[in-house]
Amino acid sequence: MGLMEKIFALLEPAHWGVHPDDKKRPAADAPVRRLPLPERLYVPLQQHIGAAARPIVLTGQKVKKGELIAEAQGATSAAIHAPTSGKVVAVGDVTAPHPSGLPVAAITIEADGEEAWIDAAPAQDPFSLSPEEIAKQVAAAGIVGLGGATFPSALKLGLAKKAKIHTLIINGGECEPYLSCDDRLMRDASPEIVAGIRLMLIATGAQRALVGIEDNKPEAIAAMREAVRPRREIEVKPVPARYPMGSEKHLFSTLMGQEVPADGRTTDLGALVHNVGTAHAVYQALGKGRPLVERLVTVNGGAVAFPGNLLVPIGALVEDVLAFAGLKETPARLVMGGPMMGSLLPHARVPIIKGSSGILALTAQEAGIAPAGPCIRCSSCVRACPIGLLPLEMAARIAAGALSAAVDYGLKDCIACGCCAYVCPSRIPLVQYFNHAKGELAAQARAQLRNEAAKRLAAARAERLEREAKEKAEAAARRKAERMAQKAAEAAAAAAKQAEEVA
Amino acid sequence: MIAAILSLTLLGLVLGFGLGFAARKFHVETDAKVAEIEALMPGSNCGQCGFPGCAGAAAAIADGSAPPTICPPGGKALVEAIAKLLGLSVDTSALADEGPKIAVVQEEICIGCCRCLKECPTDAIIGAAKQIHSVLREACTGCAKCVARCPTEALRMEPVPVTLQHWVWPKPERGAPAWA
Amino acid sequence: MSAGLATTVPLASPHAHAGSSVSWVMAKVMLALTPATLYGFWLYGWPAVHLWWITIAAALLGEAFCLRLMRRPLRPALFDGSAALTGWLLALSLPPWAPAWLGVLGGLFATIVAKQLFGGLGQNLFNPAMVARVALLVSFPVAMTQWIAPVPLGSAGAPDFAEGLRITLAGAPSLDAIASASLLGHAKTELSRGVDLLQANLPALSFVGERAGSLGETSALLLLLGGIALILMRIITWHIPAAMLVGLALPALIAHALDPARHLSAATHLLSGAAMLGAFFIATDYVTSPNTRLGQLIFGLGCGLLTWLIRSYGGYPEGVAFAVLLMNAATPAIDRLIRPRIYGRDLKGRPLEIPEA
Ligand code: SF4
Ligand code: SF4
Repeated sequence: MGLMEKIFALLEPAHWGVHPDDKKRPAADAPVRRLPLPERLYVPLQQHIGAAARPIVLTGQKVKKGELIAEAQGATSAAIHAPTSGKVVAVGDVTAPHPSGLPVAAITIEADGEEAWIDAAPAQDPFSLSPEEIAKQVAAAGIVGLGGATFPSALKLGLAKKAKIHTLIINGGECEPYLSCDDRLMRDASPEIVAGIRLMLIATGAQRALVGIEDNKPEAIAAMREAVRPRREIEVKPVPARYPMGSEKHLFSTLMGQEVPADGRTTDLGALVHNVGTAHAVYQALGKGRPLVERLVTVNGGAVAFPGNLLVPIGALVEDVLAFAGLKETPARLVMGGPMMGSLLPHARVPIIKGSSGILALTAQEAGIAPAGPCIRCSSCVRACPIGLLPLEMAARIAAGALSAAVDYGLKDCIACGCCAYVCPSRIPLVQYFNHAKGELAAQARAQLRNEAAKRLAAARAERLEREAKEKAEAAARRKAERMAQKAAEAAAAAAKQAEEVA
Repeated sequence: MIAAILSLTLLGLVLGFGLGFAARKFHVETDAKVAEIEALMPGSNCGQCGFPGCAGAAAAIADGSAPPTICPPGGKALVEAIAKLLGLSVDTSALADEGPKIAVVQEEICIGCCRCLKECPTDAIIGAAKQIHSVLREACTGCAKCVARCPTEALRMEPVPVTLQHWVWPKPERGAPAWA
Repeated sequence: MSAGLATTVPLASPHAHAGSSVSWVMAKVMLALTPATLYGFWLYGWPAVHLWWITIAAALLGEAFCLRLMRRPLRPALFDGSAALTGWLLALSLPPWAPAWLGVLGGLFATIVAKQLFGGLGQNLFNPAMVARVALLVSFPVAMTQWIAPVPLGSAGAPDFAEGLRITLAGAPSLDAIASASLLGHAKTELSRGVDLLQANLPALSFVGERAGSLGETSALLLLLGGIALILMRIITWHIPAAMLVGLALPALIAHALDPARHLSAATHLLSGAAMLGAFFIATDYVTSPNTRLGQLIFGLGCGLLTWLIRSYGGYPEGVAFAVLLMNAATPAIDRLIRPRIYGRDLKGRPLEIPEA
C-alpha cells in the first residue's frame, strides 16, 4: 500500500452501502404456507443465465412431478423438471417475469391434482459420491443459484474444483429489505442446509465453509449454529446488516478481509460463494432425489394483506400467489425480487421462476414514486456507492450520450445495487441510466461483431466472384485453345488428305 | 488606451499565428484517416449512404462533407467508433435508430429466379433456380439491395425481433419527470 | 383489489427510497440558518427584517422570470427552496441597514445571472449568493460597507416596523450617527494608515456576535451550532467546514506569532467576517464543491487559505466570498483529478493483482 493509498484509507473508511429499513417482519416470523396447487403451471425454458433449455415433451403428454421436461442445451444451461404431475397442454410463449414484458418460451402443464412424483431413487449415501458425480447430479436436478443470479450451480462447483478453492462461503446475508425466504429456510431447515453445504464441500474440495448471516436475523443465526455444532469445518459468521452485504464481492470482503480484483473472481482468491437456498436445493436433489421444482417465495409489501413466505411450485403465476396472500389495495408497483434490485413486473400474469426470491406488492409511498429533478451534486450517491464510483458523473455522461466517457468513470464495475438511486434526493433514476448504457454497449459490441462478419462475407464474395471470373476466363481460353488446336488438326488432316490425294 | 489596443492586437496576432502553426503542425494526413475509417465500415458496398461504396463514404466522412451517421448498416456502433477516431462528439442517442432490419423471403411468392442471390453483397441468400430462396439471418446486413431486384416483391425488410437477451433498457427521459 | 395493474414503461430498480428530497434538504439548511438570522434581526432591528424578505423575494422573482422566459414549469423549481436559500444567504451577507435596492439587485443578479444563465440548479459553476455579493461589493463598495453598531430590538433608538421599512426603502436619514466599522475593515484601515495593530483600538471580539457586521454573519456561536446541526442531520459532512477553518486559522496562528503587529490573531480571523457562515453554509454548497472527501478537504483548505491571504494582503478587508469563488472555479479540476478508489482496483483504476494460487 502506497502512501496515497494509506491517506485514502484513512479518509474513506469502509463506508459503503446504505441502511434501508429492512421491513422483514412480520413476514419473516409467519410460518411457511404452501400455495394451493394452481390449475395450470407455466414453466419457462429460460430461468437461468445461459442458453434456454430444450423441451423434450410433446403437447398432450402426461408427466409426473419431478420428471425432466426440458434438457440443458450447451455448457451453460440448466435442466427443467415438471413442477407437478399432469398433462402438457402447450409449448409456447408466455410473458416473461421481466420488466420488458417480452415473451419467453414455456411449457404449460395442466395439473391433475395428484402431485405424483417420479420414482426417485436417491443415491444410498450421497456423502460417498465423488466430486464429479455430485456436480453431475446437481446439474441433473436443474439447480441454479437461488440468490437471484441463477447461474447454473454445477458449473460453479466444477470451476471451483478446478481453481482449488479452500473456502466455501455460504451467503445467508439476504440484505434486501422485505425478503425473508432465506431467513425462513435457515430457521426451518438448517439440518438440510448443512447437509447441502457438506455435499458442496466435497464437490469443490474446499476445507472449510463460512456461513455469513446478517446480524438482523438472530433466530436464523441460532438455528444454523445449532445445526453446525457437530461439524468442525463449518462456521456461522454473523455480519453487520448493511445493504448490499449479500453482494458476492462484499460478503467475501467482509468475511475474508480482501478485495476481489476488478478483473478476477472470488475463486481466484480461493473462495466460492453460494446461496443458502442453493445448499438446501443440493441436499434435496442428492439426499431425497427431488429436483428443483419449487421454492420459498416471500410475499410482502404494503399492499399485501397476509405477508409471509410461501412454498410455490415453479411456474405458478404471480397472480395466484397474490390471490392467496390477499391484497389490501391495488399496488402501485409489482416487483419480483427485492426492492433494491428486483425487477418491475409488467403485470401479474407472469410465472414464478427458480430465481424468484420474492413478490412485492408495493404502495406508491413505499416505492418512493416521485418526479425526478436535476442533479444538485450533493454527492450522496458517491458516499453510498459500495463500489466507489461517481454515479452522478456517469449518469451525466450517459444522459449526454457519451457512453465511452461513462465507461472511463467505471460504469463496467457498477453492480447495479441501487444504493445511489436509493439515496438521491433528486430521485434521478441512476440505475436505469446505467442499465441503459450497459445494454447499449452490449448491443454495440454485437453490432460490431456483426459488422466484422459482414465484412468477411463481403470479402469472401469478392474473392469468389474474382475466382469465378478467372475460372470462366480460363475455361474460355482453354476452349479457344482447344478449338484452335482442333482447327489446326483438321487443317493438318485436310492438308494430309489433299497431299494423299495428290499423291 | 493606445497601449491597450496595441497589446490586444499583438496578443491576437500571436494567438492567430499560434493557431495557424498548430493546425499545420498537427495536420493529419487525410488519406491515412480515410483508410482507417474505411477499415471500420461494413465493407459490403451496399450504397445506402448514397456513395458508390464504403471507400467513397469514408472519404466523405474524413473531409467532413458527410456526417459519421450516414451508414445505416453500421448503426450506432460504427458512429461511435468513427467519432472516437476523429475526436468528434456525436450524440448517438438522438439517432433515429429504429433498430436493425433484415430481408425476409415470403415463400409463397418466391419463384426461384436467382436474381436476388446475385445481388447480395454478403452472399446471405441461398437458393437455386426454381427453388424457394431464403435469407441467412446472421449474414444479412440489411442493405435492402435484393428487395429492388425481386420481380415478384417476395422480399421484404423486416425488423429483427427484439428478444429478452437483446432487449435494452430505454434511456430515462431527461428533464421530464421520470415517472408520472 | 386486483393485481391487474399494467405498468407501461419499464422502470429500473430500486423500488424504494430513503425519503429525502431537494426541498427537504433546502428546508433543513434554512432551519439551521434560522437562529443566526433571528439573532441578526434582534441585533439590528426592523430594517434588517425588511432587507431579508426583500432580498429573498427578489431572488425568487429572478428565478420565476427566467423559468417563464424558458417556458419551464414554475412550481417545481420555485418550491424546491434553492432560490429562496440563495436569497437568504445573500441577505445574511449584506450590511443590515443596506437600502432595499441593493438587496433587490443582488437577489435578481444571483438567480438570473449566476444561476439560470448557467443552466439552472445544479449547473452553476459559482455559488450564486457569493457571485451576487462580490458583484455588489465591486459595484457599490460604499453601500456594501455601511456597517452599523448594533441597536437591538426594544432598545432606545431602535426603529419600529414602519420606520424600519422607511429606512430600508428610502435609506437611513443619519446613518453616520450610528455607523460603525467592522473589525476587519477597521484593522485594514489602520494598517493602511501605518498604525500597527498593537496600537490600533480594535473592537472587542464577540463569540456570541454583538458586533458590527453583516446581517447574519456576526454570531459565530449560532452559526457554529447551525453548522453542527447540519452535520448531525447528514446534510453536509465535516470535511469542508473543518478544512476551511483550519486553512484560515493555521496561517493566521503562524503569522500572528511571528508578527503580531501586522497580523490579526487566529481567533479574530475565525470570529469575524463571514468565516463561520462561509465555512458551514457557503463553501458547503453542493453544486459548487467537490464530490469526494479528499477533494472536499482540499477545497476547504483552499478556501481558508485564500481567505487569509486576501484578508491579510488583498485590497478588501474581507475575503471569504472571493476565496470561495476562486475555489469554485477549481472544483471541476479537483473533481476530475480526485476520484474515489474503485472496489477491486488501485488508485489509478488498474485492477488489483490476482495472487498466484
Ligand atoms: S448502482 Fe452502481 S453506481 Fe449505483 S451505488 Fe450501486 S454500484 Fe454504485
Ligand atoms: S445523489 Fe442525486 S442529486 Fe445527489 S449528486 Fe448523486 S445524482 Fe446528483
